[in-house]
Parts: sequence; structure tokens; C-alpha cells
Amino acid sequence: MRALHTKALRDLWHLRGPAIAIALVIAAGLANLVMSRATLESLSETRERFYRDYAFADVFAQARRVPEAVAERIREIDGVQALETRLVAGANLNVPGFDDPVRALMVSLADDGAPLLNRPYLRAGRMLAPGSEDEAVISEAFAEAHGFVPGDTLSATIYGRHRELRIVGIALSPEFVYQIQPGTVFPDFRRFAIVWMNRRALGAALDMDGAFNNVTLKLVARTRPEAVIEALDAVLSDYGGLGAYGREDQVSNRFLSEELRQLDTMARIFPTIFLGVAAFLLNVVISRLVGMQRDQIAILKAFGYSNRAIGLHYALLVSLIVAIGVVIGLLGGIRLGQWMAGVYQEFYRFPFLDFRMSAGVFALGVGVSLFAAFVGTAQAVLTAARLPPAEAMRPPAPERYRPALFERLGLARYLSQPTRMLLRQIERRPWKSLLTVVGLAFACAIMMIGRFQTDAIDYMIDVQFRIGQRNDLSADFTEGSGERAAHELRALPGVLHVESYRNVPVRLHAGHRSELNAIQGLRADSVLKRPVDRDLRRVPIPAQGLLLTDYLAGMLGVEVGDVIEIEVLEGRRRRVEAVVAAVVNEYLGVNAYMDLDALNRLLGDGERISGVLITADANAQSELYRMLERRPRVSGIGVRKLAIQNFYDTLGESLGVFTYVALILGGVINFGVVYNAARVSLSERGRDLASLRVLGFTRGEVAYVLIGELALLVLLSIPLGFLTGYMLSVYMAVSMQSELFRIPVLISAETYGFAALAMIGSTVLSAWIVQRRIAHLDLIGVLKTRE
Amino acid sequence: MSAAPDIVFHASGLTKVYRMGDVEVQALRGVDLELRRGEFVVLLGPSGSGKSTLLNILGGLDVPSDGHVYYEDHDLTVADERALTLFRRDHVGFVFQFYNLIPSLSARENVAIVTEIARAPMTPERALELVGLAHRMDHFPAQLSGGEQQRIAIARAIAKRPSVLLCDEPTGALDSATGVKVLEALERINAETGTTTVVITHNADIASMAHRVLYLADGRIVREQTNATRKRAADLRW
Repeated sequence: MRALHTKALRDLWHLRGPAIAIALVIAAGLANLVMSRATLESLSETRERFYRDYAFADVFAQARRVPEAVAERIREIDGVQALETRLVAGANLNVPGFDDPVRALMVSLADDGAPLLNRPYLRAGRMLAPGSEDEAVISEAFAEAHGFVPGDTLSATIYGRHRELRIVGIALSPEFVYQIQPGTVFPDFRRFAIVWMNRRALGAALDMDGAFNNVTLKLVARTRPEAVIEALDAVLSDYGGLGAYGREDQVSNRFLSEELRQLDTMARIFPTIFLGVAAFLLNVVISRLVGMQRDQIAILKAFGYSNRAIGLHYALLVSLIVAIGVVIGLLGGIRLGQWMAGVYQEFYRFPFLDFRMSAGVFALGVGVSLFAAFVGTAQAVLTAARLPPAEAMRPPAPERYRPALFERLGLARYLSQPTRMLLRQIERRPWKSLLTVVGLAFACAIMMIGRFQTDAIDYMIDVQFRIGQRNDLSADFTEGSGERAAHELRALPGVLHVESYRNVPVRLHAGHRSELNAIQGLRADSVLKRPVDRDLRRVPIPAQGLLLTDYLAGMLGVEVGDVIEIEVLEGRRRRVEAVVAAVVNEYLGVNAYMDLDALNRLLGDGERISGVLITADANAQSELYRMLERRPRVSGIGVRKLAIQNFYDTLGESLGVFTYVALILGGVINFGVVYNAARVSLSERGRDLASLRVLGFTRGEVAYVLIGELALLVLLSIPLGFLTGYMLSVYMAVSMQSELFRIPVLISAETYGFAALAMIGSTVLSAWIVQRRIAHLDLIGVLKTRE
Repeated sequence: MSAAPDIVFHASGLTKVYRMGDVEVQALRGVDLELRRGEFVVLLGPSGSGKSTLLNILGGLDVPSDGHVYYEDHDLTVADERALTLFRRDHVGFVFQFYNLIPSLSARENVAIVTEIARAPMTPERALELVGLAHRMDHFPAQLSGGEQQRIAIARAIAKRPSVLLCDEPTGALDSATGVKVLEALERINAETGTTTVVITHNADIASMAHRVLYLADGRIVREQTNATRKRAADLRW
């Protein structure tokens, strides 16, 4: 069958334009699939290994101060295999030559230098020497951001006391793979550090000799963490326990899990779209090819080629096109995957992240590509195989045309003959026209998705930082501070306005659901923190009851007017009830708000505050920051401007890349659909078009009949694309939402405009390529060819 | 049933009705026919007389709506798709009015595509030599004249050494001088290889080179004529 194979190869060469267009669409889908799945697998496996080898704990709990002897009671809880008590506390760091505030999470390590759980992975230097007083191991991301190496020193303010620390090692930890400051969403490696110190040394700094404030547990295999958490909470409730939680609520692990879930979503949506479009394109091109080669099929059968041989011949041709797509897709997917793994390593700090393409991903990629090809071409290939030879000898019955809908509506007199031709052509193949429009709509949608994230994030920032929260600085106070501390700050130079707030750790209960959270007490007349509703209208702090982030209300299954139970996790640990007064719209985190006075009354421990929000003269801010740093009651300082800047620094670059990639991907679909549709039309109607040329139509007029049809379909596809893009955005937003953040579905006019322009631009390009073929129509030849 | 040893085809009561679009076409209305080994037969008749349908049925490309057709001992009317494919593969060579060459294959490859699946074929080169086109072997159809293309098609048809060569209007698309060359090739092959040859035409001049002429009209054989003396193809003009 060599000659038949030669024919397949020559046919492929003849079809190279459409074949490449289709192969590119397949490649784009496959590259997406391989990138997402392989990255997902690599990340999951790396995570498993890191967690296992470095003993990531199963349960975590923070308390105020627990005597060491209590550890024995915890050890007796059913299901506890190992436990480690330690000290964890916030601190301020002073980095020479870096003016912004730097926060650190100080974590103690067992004095013998061999922690049981959450063992750091040492990247450089050494671990802490047993008994050392001033040695510190710091997290890698922070060290990299400032160029710290072992041997450097660092000054820290721990619990209001100044300490000089010597960096001896640089490390990573399963506990801090995603290393963010509590309450934030994006990492800021320059302004947040993890610092490990010996237990004794940190204990001395924190006045915690003989006590711990943090415990982590490893559970016996197949133990339900819920029961252990409950028992642990019971033990710690006398010592200011702030509520124990399992791995799934551990911040770093939680973010990582969310990321994996998003990758999984990506691995489904985009490949499905691309391979669906590829199936459609293959269908159009191969059906047309079989139609055009009716006589060749007939002759092959007349000479004794079996149906099977003919079917396999066309299947081979399809497989060759798919193979080109698969090769490009796999190579592209691996490169993209490696790039993505690099991006992940920037955000998620693993000791190693081997990007690995497993046989499973390979098989999945090839499998779905072939499946798409099968769906697209099975019918055409079967038609070829089953074509009765005698029937194939006869020319196909003439296509049935009829006046288009427009004409039947009596509008014929407004339409020129060429316009009628193109309208009838569209209407005669309603399915093909419809699928063309749908394919193009997806191209438009993908281009929109590329910018949707940027739009959404702009909006999130706007709502979160410019509307909801308007302070320039914030200061956290040490425990037990009262309104006087806030009052003192009002006198500092440059301060314009100061508002105090209180944060109280609580567990909220509604029916059988409960959520660990904090209630933030705000002044009723607060102007710096202003929760808003969906329409960005201010929601006043009610005199009674709670304001909940809408997502939190959803998690608890409560609505406005419902009563929820508040289990206070500090002070007298009261259990009280409160009514949900209203829900507010927030995109980052989930919160509960209450009137500060009402909250204090509820807790019954007097007028307490946790910190203040400050607005200050722009010129005075850095000086003010330095003054705040020196005040003993101030345990932490936040700068809003830096938070916003960090947000964009972190995300800006990868979002830009994403927009660009989506533009290319959408362009690939657009080109694949338009170019193929034009080529097939040209082949189907070359005769008509050449006839028009012979009759004296200009090239431009002839091109109008061909390209006008496509232009009309593209124009029809754009509104549908807008709708598809919007729905895809909703789907992505819904599938990515979690209590960590929600992406608002908000598509700017610029994005709609951008997508429409990109569609038109891409169409013009495809049309230009086809137009050149019209210029070369062989007028005499086409008329002589037998249909 | 068993046929006389020199009878290649025996058909009786063939009818054929087929639909084309919305139209029902009665192509054959009861045809009886015998073809002998080595015979050169011309089927003559106007368009729509059923010539092509008869040829397609003889060649196993189509099945009759009613009646029987035997190739040697085999009843083609009861053969399934697979058996018909094998019958065509092993015994039948076709030549069509529009050559039906595969444009993506060269002359040699167009012949090879048939010799590759045949039982005891001649080489493509030999077949092309027989039609006088050995020197055009590596040309593609688009680079050949109509007459040359038709001779390639004949080479393709005879390369497998078929028992029967069925030609549907082989000169229909050609001018007279070129058509004569094609007929010369058919004449030569019939004489040299003894292949039973059936030529469909509506050109009455060609009939004079046949052993026997069958006249078709309106789906029936209306007249049969045996030529006592045959004209040489080279002497034909129209």
C-alpha cells in the first residue's frame, strides 16, 4: 500500500495550510493540558514528599501561655502519635538599608537541634547550635530578597526588646511553603520573614520560660482530626487557646491546595475548548476532502481497495495531522510546564520541584487528542469507507439552495446578488455556520479571559484598599492595651486621624457548622474601615449584632436575621449569641465585624483595643513609622501603600504573561477557524467564484462573496463571544472561590473592546492570507474541471 | 448454473432502479447478455440508455435491482461487499471517460497503487510501455495531456492482467486524433493479452473496430451486430 501512503502524504502536503492551523489548535489545547496536569502532578508529588520527609504536622494550635507540664495531657489524647510544643510569636526586624517595616514570625526549635515535627530543610549554612542564644535560621525567600547569607546579622524587636541575631542557616519548611503574613493573600518576601531560634533563647525573649504557646501534633494514621481538635481545644481552653485546626486550615497548605484545585480546573476548561474546536475544524476539512475525492475513492474501490483500506487511508491522514499537533503540543506543554514550575517555585518554596512529565499525562494528552480527532472525523471517514463505488462515479446531486431568510422576509430587493450568495451559503449549512460562530466565540472568550484576571484584580484592590480600608498606616498593640494607647498616637507629628479597633479570636457556630475566625470591633463612626455591600454602598456598623462577609455567611449557612453562637477564645471564654445584622462584600479573606463598644460589653473585660488605623500627612509617614517602631506598646506596623504595591509587584508580571498567552491562544483558534472556513469555502466554490471572475467581477467583488460570509460570521460571533467570555469568567470565579479570596466577575469595557479588536485583527490577517489565493484562481482551469 | 467455457459474463433479466436526489431513474429494464473470452465488444447507445449502469454492474461496482449476472461460475448478484471488492481487485480493469487519475500521484504511482494490491501484476513500467508512455512515468496528471492521462488510466487498468477490461467512454473527452491513440492502445492490449474488452461509447464510428456491437436504448439491448471484418483503430476518424 505504499502508493496509498504516498497519496496520504501528498494530500497532507496539499492540505498543509489547514493542517497546520488544526495542528496548532490541537497543540494549544494539548500544551495547556500537559502544562496544567504535569505541573499539578509535580506539585502534588513534591508536596507529599516534602510533608512526609520533613514531618509536616496534622494538627496545630496557638494559645496564650501553657505550662510545659500540660503537654503530657495533650499526649494522652486519643490518636496523638507525636507532639511538639514550641513558641511562635511576631516580631519586627530591622534590615539595614531597607526602610520599610519588616515583620517576622519567630518560631522556636527544640534546643537539642532536632525538632520532631515541621522540620526545616536546610538550604545553606547550618542548623542552630544547641544552647545558642543569638543564632537564627531564616527563611530562604526572605534571605534571597535581601541577599542575606549565613554569617550576616539581623536586628529584631521581640516583645518590645531589641536583639541582635546572627544568621547561621537558611531554610525552608513544610509549614511555610507559601510564606505569607497572617491576614494577607500574596507573599511579600522582602517584608515578611520566618525566623527560627532556639526554644530557650526565644523563651527568654518572650518571658515564656517553662511554658509554650504553640503545639503541633502528628496523628496516628487514619485518625479523624476533628475529635483530636475538640479534645485539644478542651485542654487549651484554660490557657488562652485560640482554637486548634487541622492541615486543611493551615494557611500555607490551604493556599497550596487551592492552587492545585485551580490548576485542575484549568486542566479541564482550556483543553476541552481547544480540542472541541479542533474536532470541529477536522470535521470541516476532512468532510470536504472526502467530498472532493469522491472520484478517487470510487476509482480505488473500482480497482479492488476494500472499504477498510479506504477508511484507514483517511484515518491515517487525520492521524498525521493530530500527530503534528501532539508533537508541538507536548513540546510546548513541557516548556510551558517548566516555565510554570519556575513561577511556582517563586511563590511556593519547596526544597526541590522536579517538573516531571509522567507517562500518565503523556497518555492522557495523546488519548484526548485522538478522541477529539475521532469525534470530529469518524463520520467523514466512515462516509469515505462506505461510499458505494458506483454512486461515487456519479457527480453528487446538486446542492439544494433556496432563498435566504432575509429574502423570504421580502428584503431581497435590498440585497445584491453577491450578498444573496453569501447569505444563502450561510443558511444552507446551518450547523457548520453555527459551529463556526461558536468556535469563534470561544476564541473571543479566551482573549477576554486573559484580561479578566487583570480587571478583576484591579477591582479587588480598589474595593479592598481604596474603598473598604482607607488608612495609611496601622499599628498593632501588645495585649491588654486600652484606648489611652490610641490617644497617645494622636499627638504624634503628621498624624491626621486615628481610629482604634479590637480583634477577638472566636469560633462561630451555626447549627452543626463552625468556623474559626476573629471578630473585629470597629467604631460606629469609623471612616478608615468601611465595610461595603455589593454595590459598594457603605454598610453602617450596627449597634447590635454582627456584620459578616457574605462568603462567611454562606459557609455558616446563615442569612441576615439568623442568630449565631460566638465562642470567644480569649479572656473569660464566654459563649454568647448574636444576630447577623447584615452581610458585606469583601474579596480577600472572610471577616466578622461588630461595634467596638458592643464587643467590649459582650466580652465583659473592659475597654480594650488591639490596634489602630492611622491616616497621616504623606510627607510625615516614614518619620512617623520610625517613631511608632520605637513605642513599646506597638507590636507591629502595617503600611497600606506597600501592601498595594506588593500586590502588583507580585502579580503584575505573571498577569501580563497570562494576557499575552491568552491572546495568542485565542488568536490560534480564530486563525484556525477563519482560515479553514475560508479555504473550504474557496475549494467548494472555486467554480462559482471563477465564473464570477469570467463574467467580469473584480477580485475584490469576488473576495466579498467569500470573505463577506466569514466577516458576517465573525461579527455574529463577537456578541456571543462576549457572553461566553462572561460565563467562562463566572465559572472560573466560582470554581476558584474560597474563604481566602473571591475573584469578582467584572469585565471592563476595555476588555470587551480589546477582545473585539483582537478578533477583527486576527480575522483580517486570516482573510488576507486567503485573499492571495483568490488572486491566483485559475479561471480557465477551474471551469474545465469536472465537479 | 454453468456456462460454456469461453463465456466470461452471462447476465439475464437485469433491471436497475436508482434514486438521484428526488428523481427515480429506471436505468435498466431487463438486459440479457453474454460476453466471450478475448472478445472486443462495443456498447453503443445515447446518453441515459443504461450503458454505464450495465458496465458498473458487470464490473461489480453496483448491484442490479433484479436479475442475475455471472462472472464465470460466480453469481455476482449474491456476492457481498467484500466478495465484490475481491472480484474487482482480481479480475476487472476499469477505464473511465474522465481518466480518474489520482492527482497527487505520479503516472507510475497511479499504476503502482493498483499493482500493489493485485495478485500477479506486470510492473507499472511495463504497463506504461504497453500504452507508449514509458517516458512520461514521473509526471503528475496535471502535467499530462488528456490523451496521455487516458493512456495512463488504461495502463493502470491492464497492469493487473485483468480478465476483463471495462471502458466507459474512454475517448469521450478527447479529440479525434488523441482518441484514436487511446483506441490503438486498447486494440493492442486486446490482441496481445486476449483480455475481454468492453467499450461504452455513443460514437458509432468506434463500433467498426469491435468483434461485436450491442445497441442499447432506454435500458434494453435493442440490436446486436457482429462485424465480419473489423476496422483498425488507426483507420478511424470522426
